[in-house]
Amino acid sequence: MLYREAGQFKTDYAADQAIFPILQDRIFLGLFLLLALVAVPLLANEYWLSTILIPFLVFSLAAIGLNLLTGYCGQLSLGTGGFMACGAFFAFKLATAFPDLHIAVVFLLAGVGTAGVGILFGIPSLRIKGFYLAVATLAAQFFLVWVFNKFPWWVNYSSSGVISAPAREIVPGFFITGTQASPVTKYVFLLVFVAILALVAKNLVRGKMGRSWMAIRDMDIAAEIVGIRPLHAKLSAFAISSFFIGIAGALWAFIYTGSVEALAFQIDRSFQVLFMIIIGGLGSILGSFLGAAFIVLLPIFLNNTMLAVDPSISTAIVSHIEFMIFGALIILFLIVEPHGLARLWQITKEKLRLWPFPY
Amino acid sequence: MSETRDRIGDTLLAVENVSLAFGGVRALSEVSFEIREHEILAIIGPNGAGKSSMLNVINGFYHPQDGAITYKGNKRKQMRPHHAAATGIARTFQNIALFKGMSTLDNIMTGRLLKMHRNFLWQALYWGPALREEMEHREAAERIIDFLEIQSIRKTPVGRLPYGLQKRVELGRALAAEPDLLLLDEPMAGMNVEEKEDMCRFILDVSDEFGTTIALIEHDMGVVMDISDRVIVLDYGRKIADGTPDEVRGNPAVIDAYLGVSH
Ligand SMILES: Nc1ncnc2c1ncn2[C@@H]1O[C@H](COP(=O)(O)OP(=O)(O)OP(=O)(O)O)[C@@H](O)[C@H]1O
Ligand SMILES: [Mg+2]
Repeated sequence: MLYREAGQFKTDYAADQAIFPILQDRIFLGLFLLLALVAVPLLANEYWLSTILIPFLVFSLAAIGLNLLTGYCGQLSLGTGGFMACGAFFAFKLATAFPDLHIAVVFLLAGVGTAGVGILFGIPSLRIKGFYLAVATLAAQFFLVWVFNKFPWWVNYSSSGVISAPAREIVPGFFITGTQASPVTKYVFLLVFVAILALVAKNLVRGKMGRSWMAIRDMDIAAEIVGIRPLHAKLSAFAISSFFIGIAGALWAFIYTGSVEALAFQIDRSFQVLFMIIIGGLGSILGSFLGAAFIVLLPIFLNNTMLAVDPSISTAIVSHIEFMIFGALIILFLIVEPHGLARLWQITKEKLRLWPFPY
Repeated sequence: MSETRDRIGDTLLAVENVSLAFGGVRALSEVSFEIREHEILAIIGPNGAGKSSMLNVINGFYHPQDGAITYKGNKRKQMRPHHAAATGIARTFQNIALFKGMSTLDNIMTGRLLKMHRNFLWQALYWGPALREEMEHREAAERIIDFLEIQSIRKTPVGRLPYGLQKRVELGRALAAEPDLLLLDEPMAGMNVEEKEDMCRFILDVSDEFGTTIALIEHDMGVVMDISDRVIVLDYGRKIADGTPDEVRGNPAVIDAYLGVSH
């Protein structure tokens, strides 16, 4: 079947505003989700699930969160790691203090708590912009990680070095955290959970809130004359962005690594997520997924190819080359295609729609 | 054209003795005038006369050191721009101030943000009341798109549009708010004759169809004489004339100001 919208007349604005207005897109997405939900759990091995798909989903959520703030609202943040740490530790405190609380509720509440922290650290954005704001969020990053390291209350005064996430079921019999949890259950839960949250993010950005964020991003003085309050718009972006990032941090600790430690949320994590949205596409939900996939897969791909070329190559060299390639790619994307992979995807679709005619 | 406007009503906005200075630069000195309901008022004057500053004072962008503004019967010394928006003042800028990364449609939809009331939980669902609200405003936005004849660029990011169309979209965004008072800062600057004619037609239609009160700054005297009911002239921050286009045209002070006779 050709990729065309011809013959698909939109009868009302609701159909026109749908996320996937073209039928072929909807069919494609349906097939894709079916594949992800049924075929992948049946076919994928543990390595694929645990080292690629699970971190990919967690990172996607963090990238969506940062994209709401940086890509949509234009507020540069280097505090992603710190906010992920908030989510992880809030979830740990909640899960241990209220063992009967359903784990999905724990994750959501950890997100709400992180949203509060996000608002607090978003206040400087009302006065400062761009580079200076980035520095302020950097301070948040270091401060938050310091707080979680400094006070043993956060880990219930445990003396052991490794704090394991408590075991919890999503539905009776299916553990998603703890040692009994199987990668397949974890993956299926994450897929559904992240897909729902991504839909929520998409809904927010295509509605009133997203428009006020983008207005602030594109021209804050003009935003004010159409009646947007910078205070509301910026702080709501910080809150909702942190909500998503906090949940991602909780999922990271509870589901991906299974252990709660501030070490996992250092500044390099902030940069990693920032690179994802730059490469994937600023101001695009799809781009958040593409960027996460790219950054999760690239090291594995590079590693394998380099080992194939020269089996004796040292891991230090491999990681150095990785850094160089990352750096080059990021510069390339910033210069050549600031809208990232998502834009390339869109261009491909536009070409496909006209194919085989060049115009 | 002007004689058909017998519907001009009471004073909508009164500016009294407004003075505004930036450091040593006096942008406005004791300016007073009125804008009446449903009229088209032109503000003219040489470069740097303080015309844009006057609009900026009216919509709360600049805060005058002296004087007061009475709008819809309420006297105020200053307000924030979003408050001005909430009370029905919309405007366009001399240097287009659109949201460049957003489509024409989204830019126009932002003009309606103040009319949308569903909270973020409904927005997150994009369903039920939130979807209905979105559609209702989409329809209103589409009416403006039809009115301004910009259907074909509905989904185009405005940053990619030519200058003339951007000016039109900016007018669309201001109209989307259904303002009582519309402030236009040089809506026709940099346009060719044809584009100017279109823009004039839109401005007159807005006035006729919606009864919107309009204050506009314009340098093209032909346009000013054609579309405005009344003209005020600023020079070096002072008001030097106020009257119908014909009165102002014959005013010696105005002729001096434009011919650059020394003061
Ligand atoms: N934000 C500002 N800071 C400092 N000076 C300003 C500012 N805005 C305006 N001015 C000064 O105030 C005076 C009036 O400027 P304004 O922009 O109101 O003039 P104008 O009549 O709109 O001119 P033009 O026809 O060139 O647009 C000028 O001398 C200008 O330099
Ligand atoms: Mg001006």
